[in-house]
Amino acid sequence: MRHLKLIPDDTKIPFSRWRFVAVGFSLVVMIAAVVLLFTRGLNFGIDFEGGILVEISTEGPADIGQIRSDLGGLGLGEVQIQQFGQPDDVLIRVQSPKGEDADKASQAVVSQIKSVLGDSVEYRRVEVVGPQVSGELVQDGVLAIVVSVALMLIYIWFRFEWQFSLGSVVALVHDVMATLALFSLLGMEFNLQSIAALLTIVGYSMNDTVIVFDRVRENLRKYKKMDLAELVDLSVNQTLSRTVMTSGTTLLALLALFIFGGEVIRGFTFAMIFGIFIGTYSSIFIAGPVLLAVGVTRDTTTGGLGGVAKEKASGKA
Amino acid sequence: MLHFDRWKIVLIYVLCIAGLVYTAPNFIPKSQLNDVPDWLPNQQINLGLDLRGGSYLLLGLETDALVRERLQDLVNEVRSELRDESIPYTGLGIHNGQVVVNITNAADAERAREAIDGLSSVVAGNQFSALPERDLLIDVEGQTVSIGLSEAAKRARVQSAVQQSIEIVRRRIDELGTTEPVIQQQGVDRILVQVPGLDDPRQLKALLGKTAKMNFRLVSNAMSGQQALATRTVPAGTELLYTADEPKAPVLVERRIMVGGDRLTDAQPGFDQQNGQPVVNFKFDSTGARQFGEVTRDNVGRPFAIVLDNEVISAPVIREPIMGGQGQISGNFTVQEANNLAILLRSGALPVAITVLEERTVGPGLGADSIRAGEVAAIIGSIAVVAFMIASYGFFGVLANIALILNIAMIFAVLSVLQATLTLPGIAGIVLTIGMAVDANVLIYERIREEVAAGKGPIPAIEAGYNRALSSILDANITTLISAAILFQMGSGPVRGFAVTLAIGIVTSVFTAFTVNRYMVSVWLRRRRPKTITL
Repeated sequence: MRHLKLIPDDTKIPFSRWRFVAVGFSLVVMIAAVVLLFTRGLNFGIDFEGGILVEISTEGPADIGQIRSDLGGLGLGEVQIQQFGQPDDVLIRVQSPKGEDADKASQAVVSQIKSVLGDSVEYRRVEVVGPQVSGELVQDGVLAIVVSVALMLIYIWFRFEWQFSLGSVVALVHDVMATLALFSLLGMEFNLQSIAALLTIVGYSMNDTVIVFDRVRENLRKYKKMDLAELVDLSVNQTLSRTVMTSGTTLLALLALFIFGGEVIRGFTFAMIFGIFIGTYSSIFIAGPVLLAVGVTRDTTTGGLGGVAKEKASGKA
Repeated sequence: MLHFDRWKIVLIYVLCIAGLVYTAPNFIPKSQLNDVPDWLPNQQINLGLDLRGGSYLLLGLETDALVRERLQDLVNEVRSELRDESIPYTGLGIHNGQVVVNITNAADAERAREAIDGLSSVVAGNQFSALPERDLLIDVEGQTVSIGLSEAAKRARVQSAVQQSIEIVRRRIDELGTTEPVIQQQGVDRILVQVPGLDDPRQLKALLGKTAKMNFRLVSNAMSGQQALATRTVPAGTELLYTADEPKAPVLVERRIMVGGDRLTDAQPGFDQQNGQPVVNFKFDSTGARQFGEVTRDNVGRPFAIVLDNEVISAPVIREPIMGGQGQISGNFTVQEANNLAILLRSGALPVAITVLEERTVGPGLGADSIRAGEVAAIIGSIAVVAFMIASYGFFGVLANIALILNIAMIFAVLSVLQATLTLPGIAGIVLTIGMAVDANVLIYERIREEVAAGKGPIPAIEAGYNRALSSILDANITTLISAAILFQMGSGPVRGFAVTLAIGIVTSVFTAFTVNRYMVSVWLRRRRPKTITL
């Protein structure tokens, strides 16, 4: 039986020859990301901005116009009303009331909405996030991403050498920025789940980069004279089949989630699907070139853990 | 790499069987779960509120008020202390979060300090030092003595208020008759409440929104509330409160409390025998009954006010001395309001007001839909991955799939045993793990392919495949584990559930995809002794 092979054996794709194109492209993306984040910004969900979210299910297709005019009479400020998946499912979002007692006022808004919509609709979900908590959630979210990238930097530094560490972290920052740009560009709601998606993308992208770097390290020991660009290309090619396979299975699982997993986590899976692509791209086209740019100290014949062990040993002596 | 000690083989079997056995209860309908004997695993996965429906409330204590209250008490204590010592002073008051007083004669300053120091007591130290600390920080500068609360004192105060509040919140929630509510401290001054199955927390919030500090006081006979409001004067020893009912009417009441709400032993909703209005019947303890009896005996004909959270619920006239320690509060209640008031009075007063900072309620419909969607996604995702693996690696793909199924069973087993909470993002974590768990096998198999292509025989190639892939597998999984750990630390609720399943999935997948798979391959090699392998 012939097995499915997505990537033929012994590919010799000269990835590093295209590195300037790739890095140039990524730079453009990064600049676009910064511009987007500063001009369009992110569409923060109530987790980060505070506010009230009510998901209702009506009998029969929802009359959005009617709901809008019903709620319009309450004077709640900006009210977003949108269909959510099914035609009888409606998502209502209201901004947090401003002022001293915003927490209490938010609670009052929920009662108002419920009294206008009545008991004939099914309240599938009610979320109220006060300004105090949303502020903390923003802080925690940013901190989570920064700490996780920093810890990865330290871990890779410990396991490999600093050049590798730098390469992988540049790739990580690249992925986070690109994903944020996607959120901004499409106006997707950015909430706690998005932070979870970002962290998973960080983990996945790191995973991919580590596999390539692991092979680079191995080849560095094997081919002491080989040109570094050639060696990185060889390593990427050798692991290419694995990279594509794993991306493939992960994408299959994520597609199942995206299609069948329901509306609540659709944004989350969409971000992750994007992340798989960007993570795979960056481990080939960003992490490698950074490594080439900073160079590798090749006289450490054992490298990695061995190198660390040797330093420790000489420190003792 | 392909040799296994006997004990390792036993361990592999034990872990795999345990995984399957502890997963099993999840496939038994809840109704039949009680028939499972106690010695068999019978714990099901704990579903999060987003899957089973329910209310999540994050309550915040208004801790500033606690400190303010303590400072106010301190002002009174300092006043009486300085009086007892006959030390003349001016300008005693609260300034910038400290009690400040000017001692008239600089010579007395030191004596004043010692006197005030007598008020100080010792509180437990913080988590960093077991050393007890004093609760008052006293500073003397010339004639000015300033007294502040130490951090330890503030902390101890907040902590005890949180503990008390949890107890009272629990009593109030229990009155709603819900099952398995979770009430726990979160952070320094927050309380997390999770009530499964509660899809409309309106009554719960109404109950939690009241401090329920209650007392009985005489209505002042110096002037009426309207007069006090009109002349903007409040006679000494009285204060102006408003009725709870609309339209709010001013009532001038005495500051002195006849009987405090802490003297109540019971409160029940009922109906007035004359007009059938909903009322609350209450009972005092013996001290309360005596106090109430004495005051009502001495003040027949005067109205008294029943004050709840600084609002007058009703102000009936005392017609005769009430000696039995029992009474009735009637105040234009609906049945629901009377019921809530009775619950509040029975459960006692909160030490400080609390606010709902965050609320997430999921109805049963959405929860059920989410479970169904998660199941469908997990099944379809698994089938797709399984088919893809077989198409790519044939027989070895089947072995990887067995490892994958064991892995899913183990994730469910660990979740059941730890009683961790499964949320919708948690299900996403499992589906994602299904996709990523085969990565280890992919790494190994690709490596074996390479080694075979380099001309190695089956056994050395397989040996090298597992050997060389191990470091990549570990590095890759540890980095993902770091993300999961941080997500767990920083995340809350559903997102935390994602981190939990992701982390469990990483650990179990390394075991199944590396160790179990390797064992299966080694058994196969020994039985078949293949000359060539096709991957």
